[in-house]
Amino acid sequence: MKRNLFWLAIVLLAAAVYFGLLVTVADQYLGADLSLGLPVVARTLIAFLGGLVALVLIIVADDFGNLKRPKTLAAAGILFLLIGSYFGLFVAPPEQFMGETQRIMYVHVPTAWFALVAMTLALASAVVFLFGGDYDWDARMEASIEVGVVLAFLLCCQGAIWAKPTWGVWWDWDPRLTTTAVLLFAFLGILALRKFSEEPHKRAMWSAVATIIAYVDVPIVYFSVKWWNSLHQQQSNPNTVSKPFWIPLRANAFGILLLMTAFIMLRARVAALRLKHELAPPPALTDAEMGETV
Amino acid sequence: MAGKSVRGPVLIAALRKELLLQWRSRAQFMAVFVFGAAALLLFSFAVGPVAEMLRQFSAGFLWLGLLLSSTLTLAESFHAEMENRALEGLLLLPANPRALYYGKAIANWLQLILLGIALVPVMVVLYDAGTTHIGQLVLVIALGTAGLSAPGTLYAAMTAQVRSKQTLLPLLLFPLIVPALLASVKATSLTILGDPMNQSSAWIILLVAFDAIYWSLCGLLFSRVVEE
Repeated sequence: MKRNLFWLAIVLLAAAVYFGLLVTVADQYLGADLSLGLPVVARTLIAFLGGLVALVLIIVADDFGNLKRPKTLAAAGILFLLIGSYFGLFVAPPEQFMGETQRIMYVHVPTAWFALVAMTLALASAVVFLFGGDYDWDARMEASIEVGVVLAFLLCCQGAIWAKPTWGVWWDWDPRLTTTAVLLFAFLGILALRKFSEEPHKRAMWSAVATIIAYVDVPIVYFSVKWWNSLHQQQSNPNTVSKPFWIPLRANAFGILLLMTAFIMLRARVAALRLKHELAPPPALTDAEMGETV
Repeated sequence: MAGKSVRGPVLIAALRKELLLQWRSRAQFMAVFVFGAAALLLFSFAVGPVAEMLRQFSAGFLWLGLLLSSTLTLAESFHAEMENRALEGLLLLPANPRALYYGKAIANWLQLILLGIALVPVMVVLYDAGTTHIGQLVLVIALGTAGLSAPGTLYAAMTAQVRSKQTLLPLLLFPLIVPALLASVKATSLTILGDPMNQSSAWIILLVAFDAIYWSLCGLLFSRVVEE
């Protein structure tokens, strides 16, 4: 069953890469139409949903077994990132108003997407754990939070690097930037809570509760900061992004998606192993030791 | 809690217990108040003796002082339950843990309102930030401290049971209450400095929404935090 889920995810991922990336590459650089008659909206939807559903299926199907799958996914992710970076840095033309600075968008935007996806995965794991009590989901939650924290940190750094030449300051109190920073600190707090609580059951329960509470805060923070102050760029969507920019953006998006999936799988294995050690009964005493204690 | 109080609703009994505890440890409240007042005094050194600027920032300083002292109050609320495993005893009572939570949260809330109101004169004297809209100021303090007390009480229940509790409670609480802090500071600031565009009502609505979400959500999740 789980094996089938994994391969279903791979098929979905292949469809997403085909319609999201290959069709555009062929259209732009080979002049070939591979779209199979599907309109742009349908292709974008397949790429978007296919990628997300594949991520969820791979995580669900993962039984913390062999390391071959996460390693393969990580390698594929790095490959996509290399392709995306090559197109983004050397092939795509500079943007009309922002010039070369805009090229950071090719990593910044996918990082933002998947930081949010990782946090949402953490929320889903927390809810599943609270209702089901399956410790596998505790491990997945820990992994998703940690990957989400790394992505959110990278996002803040990229945002600051982009803001300096564009707005003239490293930091601005814009809703998205501020929300990301708040989210980063909220989830860092949950990781600290996990570090400091020794009892596995309480640790799992508490961090699941804290994850739900912190996630609910995200929209409230966003809207409160938006009322307070606003200056950020409008979000991009396929209609506002010109076609040559699609390829590096989407290649990097698939790259980060695959790399993130692999990291979550690997980190969940670490968490599951630690839990196994904690829950294992103490080793039986040998006869010699029994003699000593008596 | 012997005698007739057991017959009353559990929430009232839990609240009575908390208020009695707080009354018996009122020296703690005085200490927290002095801490908050000292913080307000120290904040002015960050700006310098410029009366106009101090007045401008007075609402922010008041809420930061209140926030810092609230972590002491909140952490204290579960401290007593950790002695002699009192929390386990409480959970053995035939009462919903939710009532226990709301009892504590309301008691903390009342204490924080009192603390906030006590810190207002200090702010007025130090920063020359008086206002005639006393009712609105008290309303904002009540709503803002409600936003601190609901998640704060829940997190205190967790952090009271772990190592380095003093660090962990602020670490968890501070990012979470950013919207409540923002709205409280804005609403208080508008109350003190004047509100020609009537913007404060929007911030008060945000505070009410924040309070409603966290008072219900934290009550729902509390039983998971204390269950054995």
